[in-house]
Amino acid sequence: MAEPVLEIDRLSISFFTRAGEIPAVMDFSCKVMPGQAMGLVGESGCGKSTVALAVMRDLPGVGRITNGSIRFEGRDMASLSDPELRAIRGSKIAMVYQEPMASLNPTMLIGRQLMEVPLIHDKVSKEEAHRRALDIVKAVRLPDPDRIMRAYPHQLSGGQQQRVVIAMALLSNPRLLILDEPTTALDVTVEAGIVALVKDLTARSGASSLFISHNLGLILETCDSVTVMYSGEAVETGRVRDVFGAVRHPYTQGLFRSMPLPGTNKNDNPLVPIPGQLPLPYERPQGCNFGPRCGYFVAGVCDRADVPMHEVAEGAGHMSRCLRVEAIDWSASAEKADQFKPVEIGPDVLEVDRLKKHYRVAASAIFAGKEGRAVKAVEDVSFSAREAEVLAIVGESGCGKSTLAKVLLGLETATEGLVVFDHEAIQNRPIERRPTGTISSIQMIFQNPFDTLNPSYSVGSQIIRTLERFRVGANDGERRETMLGLLDLVKLPRAFAHRSPRQLSGGQKQRIGVARAFAGRPRVIIADEPMSALDVSVQAAISELLMNLQRESKTTMVFISHDLSVVRYLADRTVVMYLGHIVEMGATAQIFSPPFHPYTEALLSAIPIADAKVKKRHVVLEGEIPSALSPPKGCPFQTRCGHKSQVPGNLCEREVPPAREVADGHTIKCHLPEETLRRMEPVFS
Amino acid sequence: MQFLSAGQIVLQSFVRLMPVWASLAIVLGLSLAFRKKLGLYGHVVQSPTGFVGLFLVGFWLFAAVFGRAIVLFDPLGQIAEMKDALPGAIDPHSGLPYLFGGDKLARDVFSRVIAGARIVLIIAPLATLLALSVGIALGLPAGYFGRRVDSVLSFLANLVLAFPIILLFYLLVSPGILETPIPYTLAAIFFAFPIVLFGVFFVAGYRAQPMKLAIRLAATLLAGAWLFATFVFDADPFGLMRVSPSTLNIFIAVALASGPGIFRIVRSLTLDIKTREYVFAAQTRGETPWYIMLWEILPNARGPLIVDSCLRIGYTTILLGALGYFGLGMPPESPDWGTMIKESSRFMRIFVHPALPPALAMMSFVLGLNLLADAIREQSLRD
Amino acid sequence: MASFLARRLGVMLLTMLCLTLIVFYLVNLQPNLRKLAISQTEMHATDQELEGWLKKNGYRRPFFARYATWLGVWPREPIVDPATGAAIPRFSWCDEPTTPKLSGVLQGDFGCSTKFKVKVVEKLGPALEATGILMFWVMALMIPVALVVGVISGMREGSRTDRTLSVISIATTSTPEYVSGVVLTIIFATWLGWLNGSAAAATEGHLSFYNFTLPVVTVSIYGMGYVARMTRASMIEVMNAQYIRTARLKGLGFASIVLKHALRNALIAPFTVIMLLFPWLLTGVVIVEVMFRYQGFGQALVDAAGNNDIDLLLACSLVSVMLVLATQLISDVGYAWLNPRIRVH
Repeated sequence: MAEPVLEIDRLSISFFTRAGEIPAVMDFSCKVMPGQAMGLVGESGCGKSTVALAVMRDLPGVGRITNGSIRFEGRDMASLSDPELRAIRGSKIAMVYQEPMASLNPTMLIGRQLMEVPLIHDKVSKEEAHRRALDIVKAVRLPDPDRIMRAYPHQLSGGQQQRVVIAMALLSNPRLLILDEPTTALDVTVEAGIVALVKDLTARSGASSLFISHNLGLILETCDSVTVMYSGEAVETGRVRDVFGAVRHPYTQGLFRSMPLPGTNKNDNPLVPIPGQLPLPYERPQGCNFGPRCGYFVAGVCDRADVPMHEVAEGAGHMSRCLRVEAIDWSASAEKADQFKPVEIGPDVLEVDRLKKHYRVAASAIFAGKEGRAVKAVEDVSFSAREAEVLAIVGESGCGKSTLAKVLLGLETATEGLVVFDHEAIQNRPIERRPTGTISSIQMIFQNPFDTLNPSYSVGSQIIRTLERFRVGANDGERRETMLGLLDLVKLPRAFAHRSPRQLSGGQKQRIGVARAFAGRPRVIIADEPMSALDVSVQAAISELLMNLQRESKTTMVFISHDLSVVRYLADRTVVMYLGHIVEMGATAQIFSPPFHPYTEALLSAIPIADAKVKKRHVVLEGEIPSALSPPKGCPFQTRCGHKSQVPGNLCEREVPPAREVADGHTIKCHLPEETLRRMEPVFS
Repeated sequence: MQFLSAGQIVLQSFVRLMPVWASLAIVLGLSLAFRKKLGLYGHVVQSPTGFVGLFLVGFWLFAAVFGRAIVLFDPLGQIAEMKDALPGAIDPHSGLPYLFGGDKLARDVFSRVIAGARIVLIIAPLATLLALSVGIALGLPAGYFGRRVDSVLSFLANLVLAFPIILLFYLLVSPGILETPIPYTLAAIFFAFPIVLFGVFFVAGYRAQPMKLAIRLAATLLAGAWLFATFVFDADPFGLMRVSPSTLNIFIAVALASGPGIFRIVRSLTLDIKTREYVFAAQTRGETPWYIMLWEILPNARGPLIVDSCLRIGYTTILLGALGYFGLGMPPESPDWGTMIKESSRFMRIFVHPALPPALAMMSFVLGLNLLADAIREQSLRD
Repeated sequence: MASFLARRLGVMLLTMLCLTLIVFYLVNLQPNLRKLAISQTEMHATDQELEGWLKKNGYRRPFFARYATWLGVWPREPIVDPATGAAIPRFSWCDEPTTPKLSGVLQGDFGCSTKFKVKVVEKLGPALEATGILMFWVMALMIPVALVVGVISGMREGSRTDRTLSVISIATTSTPEYVSGVVLTIIFATWLGWLNGSAAAATEGHLSFYNFTLPVVTVSIYGMGYVARMTRASMIEVMNAQYIRTARLKGLGFASIVLKHALRNALIAPFTVIMLLFPWLLTGVVIVEVMFRYQGFGQALVDAAGNNDIDLLLACSLVSVMLVLATQLISDVGYAWLNPRIRVH
């Protein structure tokens, strides 16, 4: 058997802070074999990035390895002298980071940053370094390599920057590539391109990789083996097909059950969230860390002593940190949560007709005149949302979904078109001119729970202020009662009323955000990616909460998201937006099966699916999303469309296609003939 | 003439300052004892820079508070024999020592330095507060509304910033200008800012509760009336404070010099905070712009503003000293530190002792404020 | 870029107009004019005589007309003796145009200094040169020291070197010129006698280490700590940036990281600070020139203000305002140049 490239043995890392020693990683072991990709997966705060930094021996000042060893190609990393370490960094071990923009020096040309690698490690001439840099830029399929070499990082898009970072990492043919959430900051279709590139290049160079991600689907697509981390420990590890095929730790199982997989939906198979929340590093329980949240917990067994990793019966190298592996019936499906009858969809509540919103970006200063360009945020959008319906708006950055939300809320007024709420046109009525009733009827749930509550006020007082604004309750006492009622509604203890937002976890804050949105008995709720900033297990809990509230109150929900797996799970109807246009619209089932709009096809193919049984057809889009400042002529999608050649006579570049109804309520905005659309293969099988 | 020895000077000065030491011991001791419960302040006290900063600022604060009990002589009183007396000289009439010696006009340097603390510690913080309310009242809308409002207000701020401070002082704090209505007009405008700011603050927050609103507005108006009567018209109805026209003028000049800087900070903080989702949330529930600015944005800008205010009080102290040094505004016999330095520096070649105490006083007070600001910034960044 | 510059220049001109208008208004207030009249007529002149002098010399013409004349967009009318019809100068030592013509700031005519009894230009020229020399040495001392101190302490945040240098920096920012000047003079001139406590000789061309060190050091000290603190903060931010981690994990040594990757980014912020420091240093320059009896711009400003020398004071204001605006412009342009992220449209 070959020597492992990287061998981490019983590693423990602690941070020494004002509050004392905080263990970040405990008893972590893992092996990366030559040419293999190891996935490291876990929720935020589980210690996966700390492991990566420890491998690079670049822990922050307060972090220290307290136990265990890291061996790279058989050498103990801790024993290396500084020059030896520098010789390994960037040449034998290279790293790709989460935020490409921040990882590149803003005042240095891309070319020089790339050339540095061969200049330091291979001591080659400048010309040679330049040649190598240029080659690698071509290898990562960046357009116009010469221009890229002479560009500054800010002149590239996020996807291009990440390709540069990858190029920099691969320049010296590293033995080990560490990828720390390399696609988290990117749009899904761009992510798909990067993932394909990394797979291709590592396969060609034979490098091993350590792929860190919170996304199980991405791990499944890219890795050979996987290690699942929870609260500073590895809880399960093994080959990908073993772990994904036969889960042997309750936490991993919980993760899978809290993810919407193809074929599930909110009524027939609701998600099963993991109860409770991640323990704080200094409040970890005795015994199994996952014990308090585990459904298989047995007092006296699980809460005794630290649980070691041990091999499970099936599959070589498949290990788990669960004492009760043998006792648990892993094949039993989850206790069925209550199933729901589909709610009856009511009449139209909100109608949007040919809405257009252009912004002027003025060139500041006192003499700002007419100059400045128009951002065409929303070009042509028509849809309607009905009572008790969940309508999803899907799109990537720059598609205009946030602007659309602002117009609906009255924070912006429309340039053209109609927004009708309750038989009244409101598109030109800014929020200060809307009656309180209308304001409280259209409310919003925000994306970033860490930002959605004002850190200066207690949770309760913020809800009470909302009630005051919406004229709910006759006096302070009544409003207090209502506020406590709302806390019950979102399943938070009443004592939270006095807490300050910083004492709450992300999921709890988002619950407060939900309570606030439901305070004025809204008719329409606009939810702007309400789960995207949360961990998987918390996402499930919030989505169940939202769905229950929506179901009971028959509220219309406009659910904005880029995540099609979530959309498929909870939306009744779906609208797909691209650069200010609705390119496809229909019942959710219609969107997920042919005929597709070419963009929808790519979007569907880009979602990582954490289910080994699902086969996916790969459609990778070329290029980047154009800027809304200078959208392409004709069809907005023509610059990236793979089917363009099938339309004769440059029609795509000349004319915006008309929206065509291909089935009842299912429209597609595309020049392709209907038969071609219908002949498209499904993405999943 | 009899003299105290060096040791006796130190000992006697220490004894004279007993109320200051006692207060400092109590305040700092309690702070250290309860540091765990005091949040950020607790961390600041615990850090070495913060502790030294608090000690220095506290020292001068209590010296100003207990000034009348500490001084041995009238800070303006002259005792002919004591002209240029060296430190520790004993006044033959009263038998009390001139601890730090006497100056050119035979006044007690020790008493004057302590009396100077009173002047500095009243004017500098109050003028900074005044500038703060101007900066907040203009910086918030400039950052929040942007566009034209921002262009116009920023232009005005840059206009004042383009004025070299020394020129501003020479033009504004000249005796002649007191004969014109300019200082009073400017004062009326400046002092209107805090009153209007509080008024708007309450109106925006308590619109739905008329009773609460009325009480708060009445209180604001009363406080405002007192402020105007005392500062602008030098007619405190309670006779607590006297603000002479030249002091008023100093207030104005210093506030004018600090205002634009605070404006810029508030503006950039507002630009940052207004992109937060809780501001967006307030907008979607239909709050008025002023509610959002004063109740949602301002409280979250307090950290950097506190740090800046600390630095700015120090800077204002330096400006006050510069005014004194140029003999602007302050009467020539005034015991403020700037004037003292100026008076004594002319004879510095011959007598060093009258110049050193006010110089060190100025330095230590400003140093304390700067250290304190540094500690607050550092500790607030740590969490 | 060109349109940005044009717009900036436009704003600058507007600022300059507004400021000179304000200054013109303030120096021409009634009490100031009265003082001028008193100083220019004989002792014990009656109110009527004073008023007559002001009227005769054109100080009673409409405010904006006089401002326009001073600016040079309105012809300057000579004062004509009603008896002879010949033009008589306002001040005997200062020849002004004898026929109506444009003669103001725009034409280079800054008027007459009543205190020094010369044309303003003759007084201000040498004064500016003297101050320029002072400022040059101040900058030559302050900037390198401040940057080096800032970079060294920001390079390794929290180290002992950093703490020591930080405390020193804070101490110097707490020491205004009139304090450090006094303390330094006491130590180096009075006690040790190494340096001269007066720079009067330096103005007359006998500039030496002996007489010029104290003024230069005094002005430098106050700004030095400030710039060093800013540089430190900027350096710390940069050293914690992710691209420095990238450089480190690329295998670069500490020295190359600091020199190649950190320095340029870390110096962007201090550059702006240094440029904006100029107007701030002006106060220090004035104090130091007065304290060390150095006949420069600051001394001229003080003399003009103290003696109600209207034309000189106006010229001083104009110069200092121009200095402030020019440094602001340089700071903006330089910032854009140093920082490729800021693209000026």
